[in-house]
Amino acid sequence: MTGGAIVIWIAVIALAIHAFRARPGSHSGRHANYLILGGGAIVPTIVLTALLIYGLAPIPALLAPAPEGSLKIAVSGEQWWWRVRYETSDADAVVLANEIHLPVGEPVEFRLESPDVIHSFWIPALGGKVDMIPGRVNRLSLTPTKIGVFRGACAEYCGTSHALMSFYVRVEEKAAFDRWLMRQRATALPPSTPLAKRGQASFLANGCGACHAIRGTPADGVVGPDLTHVGSRLSIGAGILPNKPKAFVHWIARTDQAKPGVLMPAFGMLPKADIEALAVYLEGLR
Amino acid sequence: MSIDPGPLTAAPPEEVQRAQTERLLEAWKQPTGWRYWSAVNNSVVGLWYVAMTFFFLLFGGVLALLMRLQLARPNNDFLSADLYNQAFTVHGSVMMFLFAIPIFEAIAVMFLPQMLGARELPFPRLSAFGFWCFLLGGIFLCGSIFFDAAPRGGWFMYPPLTSKYQSGIGADIWLLGFSFIEIAAIAAAVEIIIGALKTRPPGMRINLIPLYIWYVLVAAAMILFAFPPLIAGSLLLEVERAFHWPFFDPAGGGDPLLWQHLFWLFGHPEVYIIFLPSVALMAMIVPTFAQRPIVGYGWIVLAAVGIGFLSFGLWVHHMFTTGLPGISLGLFSAASEAVAIPTGVQIFCFIATLAAGRTVRSVPMLYAFGSLVIFVLGGLTGVMVAVAPFNFQAHDTFFVVAHLHYVLIGGALFPILAGCYYFFPLINGKKLSDKLGKIAFWLAFTGFNVAFLPMHLTGLRGMPRRVFTYQAGLGFDALNLVSTVGAFILAAGLAIVFWDMVRPKKKQSYSERNPWNAGTLEWTQEMPGKPWGMRSIPEIDSRYPLWEQPNFLRDVDEGRFYLADAEEGKRESILTSVIDARPEQCLRLPGPTFITLWAALTMGGFFIFGTFSLWWPSLLSLLASLAIIIYWLWTGTALIPEKAEKDVGLGLKLPLYLSGPESAGWWAMFITMLAVLTAFISLVFGYFFFWTVRADFPPDPVPGPGHFWPLVAALLLLGAWAQTVLARRWNRNDHASAFYTGLLLGSILAIAGGAALLAGPWVTQLDPTSHVYPATVWILVTWTTFQILIGVIMQLYCIARRVAGRMTARYDIDIRNVALYWHFTAFTAVVTVAVIAGFPLVA
Repeated sequence: MTGGAIVIWIAVIALAIHAFRARPGSHSGRHANYLILGGGAIVPTIVLTALLIYGLAPIPALLAPAPEGSLKIAVSGEQWWWRVRYETSDADAVVLANEIHLPVGEPVEFRLESPDVIHSFWIPALGGKVDMIPGRVNRLSLTPTKIGVFRGACAEYCGTSHALMSFYVRVEEKAAFDRWLMRQRATALPPSTPLAKRGQASFLANGCGACHAIRGTPADGVVGPDLTHVGSRLSIGAGILPNKPKAFVHWIARTDQAKPGVLMPAFGMLPKADIEALAVYLEGLR
Repeated sequence: MSIDPGPLTAAPPEEVQRAQTERLLEAWKQPTGWRYWSAVNNSVVGLWYVAMTFFFLLFGGVLALLMRLQLARPNNDFLSADLYNQAFTVHGSVMMFLFAIPIFEAIAVMFLPQMLGARELPFPRLSAFGFWCFLLGGIFLCGSIFFDAAPRGGWFMYPPLTSKYQSGIGADIWLLGFSFIEIAAIAAAVEIIIGALKTRPPGMRINLIPLYIWYVLVAAAMILFAFPPLIAGSLLLEVERAFHWPFFDPAGGGDPLLWQHLFWLFGHPEVYIIFLPSVALMAMIVPTFAQRPIVGYGWIVLAAVGIGFLSFGLWVHHMFTTGLPGISLGLFSAASEAVAIPTGVQIFCFIATLAAGRTVRSVPMLYAFGSLVIFVLGGLTGVMVAVAPFNFQAHDTFFVVAHLHYVLIGGALFPILAGCYYFFPLINGKKLSDKLGKIAFWLAFTGFNVAFLPMHLTGLRGMPRRVFTYQAGLGFDALNLVSTVGAFILAAGLAIVFWDMVRPKKKQSYSERNPWNAGTLEWTQEMPGKPWGMRSIPEIDSRYPLWEQPNFLRDVDEGRFYLADAEEGKRESILTSVIDARPEQCLRLPGPTFITLWAALTMGGFFIFGTFSLWWPSLLSLLASLAIIIYWLWTGTALIPEKAEKDVGLGLKLPLYLSGPESAGWWAMFITMLAVLTAFISLVFGYFFFWTVRADFPPDPVPGPGHFWPLVAALLLLGAWAQTVLARRWNRNDHASAFYTGLLLGSILAIAGGAALLAGPWVTQLDPTSHVYPATVWILVTWTTFQILIGVIMQLYCIARRVAGRMTARYDIDIRNVALYWHFTAFTAVVTVAVIAGFPLVA
């Protein structure tokens, strides 16, 4: 398509330059009419018809639902992160945030929705974008063919930190995927080091559990991202910070700076040691 | 058909000519001192208009540079997220609403009379009013960014982000401010349409109309049908913000997608409203420098009209990723591709003209050529993004940013710059500098491509639009830096153009007359121009009178054509028939006034106070505005002339007063009401949209508004309409008492009908905040009632006019226009009743 466009572009410009230089009389009136009719109407009609046939042919396949029994993942875009729910057959769905793992070569169906404003779900390397519209459910089916880590982003302007709403997709072998899903389903590991224990105590004492859930602890909030295995993820803050204790410290203390307009208040007023302990605890939730 | 008269065979004696020019100059004298601002003359108002649009271009451009600085490197903190979001919202909105559309209307207002050989457009005060609205609204909007209060929802303002998730007055400024400006845009469109249809010079039949006029006629007609859906949408969104009627809120049964439909029903034609008048400039420039008439005149007209129609069928291609069924994707992809065909036809007409002529090198042609290079590329990427599967990837990325700038800068800005260099001598009699023009061109052309060509790649690599920053190492860094550098080079080029326009030209001598040796009528202007537009209004019998009609300039200058004099010291022009431009009326035109400024200020007060939810001052301002407009109409329109006919020269006698479909005022009412009707139909569209997407719309059982009151309302309102129509006839037959009682009864029926219409949802206790169904019923009813209220004021106005002797059996413009208004109002009322009371029965 790009090649064709460049060829047409060069042809039109060349024609215009030729016309500019041409001497009068070298083109008769009938000539001119052929040029207008041919160049303006007939050639474009043929080219565009061909393009439409070629370009629209894939639509049925793109829109076709995934086959029965495919992996189903509900993704909800929220200002400015992604709530991900693996709708597995057993009672407990696996809930996480800002990260999706997929088995290579297997079809998957995403159920896309939003509780607040319009977002758009887009993993450039895997497929086209589909909007997440409050009050509606859109579906996107695709089959990843290549193993690797891919970045996804929100493509519809959704407010202050629209630019800071990304996520990662890891496509892996089926066996690795199954192991990962199993681990995600488990409850959180209890903290082992004294520092991590202090971090957990701080998490529970400062009300973090009102918004965040860590399965296996009293924290069961549903407003913000589920943090049960946050330490296992490729990034924090919806694809904007590395998964490192230092990044956690920055996120907890200066949340508003890391992501302007975010709902979570900054906890910079906590003692520094507490914040560091929190960071170690969270980073250890693998 | 009679044979067109030629000019006088002998020039009038010199002293007669001198006396004529003195009287003409006196009649068309511009006010001076501070009264300068009371001018309404098209050339003066047009100049203010153009100057302001360039100011807004500059403003939007500076915002763009700030954004480019922020994006120059990853994770930059030059602008905060919030400020960046305000910047891109205001940049897009300003460029669309305060530059691209107004400049087309501004240029048209400025040059249309010259191109039409008219003294003036038919409604100079309307143009002035439109300009003041535009100025006020534009400054209000742009100023808001200095108070951190600017809209930040994107120029497309998608709810629910803009309805529930953005506090502050930014969104209100956008919704109300732009509605205000859109009213100005529609006012100008009315002026342009009637100008093109009715003020053509005698003999300029429909096949002789300059191409520029054809294009702006199509674009202005598109405004009539494209802006009302947005006005209706803005009304819904503002009512949701202010009063919580849940049109776009799924929790209340609403749907955010309704906004997208209404917005793009406006937004896509809008692109062509910008593009067509810019191509129109090319259509004037190309034949001049090819030194021959355009090749394919008929093709071009057909293509322009075709684009006008097609552009209303494409809006869904902005919504390909919202989860549409495959059939819609296919249909709208195909329709979007189809528009490339008429576009291609126009480009090939230009190429054919250049090929057939001996092309003269010039600065305007340089810009025209640059425009072609850029626009064709933008058009081709447009063909690509119109294919749905490609769109899924490219949509909302920098690829689209690149595409739209190629189209708009190539298709609009460069032709406008070409037009600046071409038409500038008509403004103050002096040419712009060739040297500066060339330097500016190469800077702007290079800078543009350096800035925007890489963006195609940035987008394909996955960078979404409207992001205030991006992370390093994703393949965006270098491309963005290049784009930023390019943007500054482009800005340097534009800065030189601005400088060239505003630099002092005292020492520069006046250009010779018709400096480019053009063939079209506007180049009859002397250097510098005179306020009267044309010394005498010519009889036209060719497309390029300066080339094809012998002694044309001499005949115009010596007053050998029509209206060579202003015997009564009044401003006058000739109105002609729509198709074959037969002279029909000698139109008296109003002179300078400050009323238009006051009307705009008070009308602006309504919107601006409304922004701050100051409802009482807002309402008072609206009432003041209404009073001023009535005063304006009362003192300045439908004036009874001192004699019935006037000799306009060449043995032609024309009436000074016409009413009904032959008059300009009737057409203005008709065209305005088409726009009003379109807005109303957009609201009705909303009703049926909810019906198609919501199982509970209308709810079962239907909670209201019942059948009794709506039916009573319909009967009463049809009675009011019938009385108005009868009153028109009674007035014509001079049955004064029947006229008065009929119209009075009509207004009483109208008031009762309006009350009955409101009674339906009122007695059934429909609560508009509870669910989208009652909200929709209420909005339809409120809209119709408001229209009825205006209709009542009009009826009473007609009674007063006749009492005051300002309207008589013969001089009856007022009642004829009001009857026309009531045709539309009765139709609106019937549709409202059919929808709110009738449809639930069928559904």
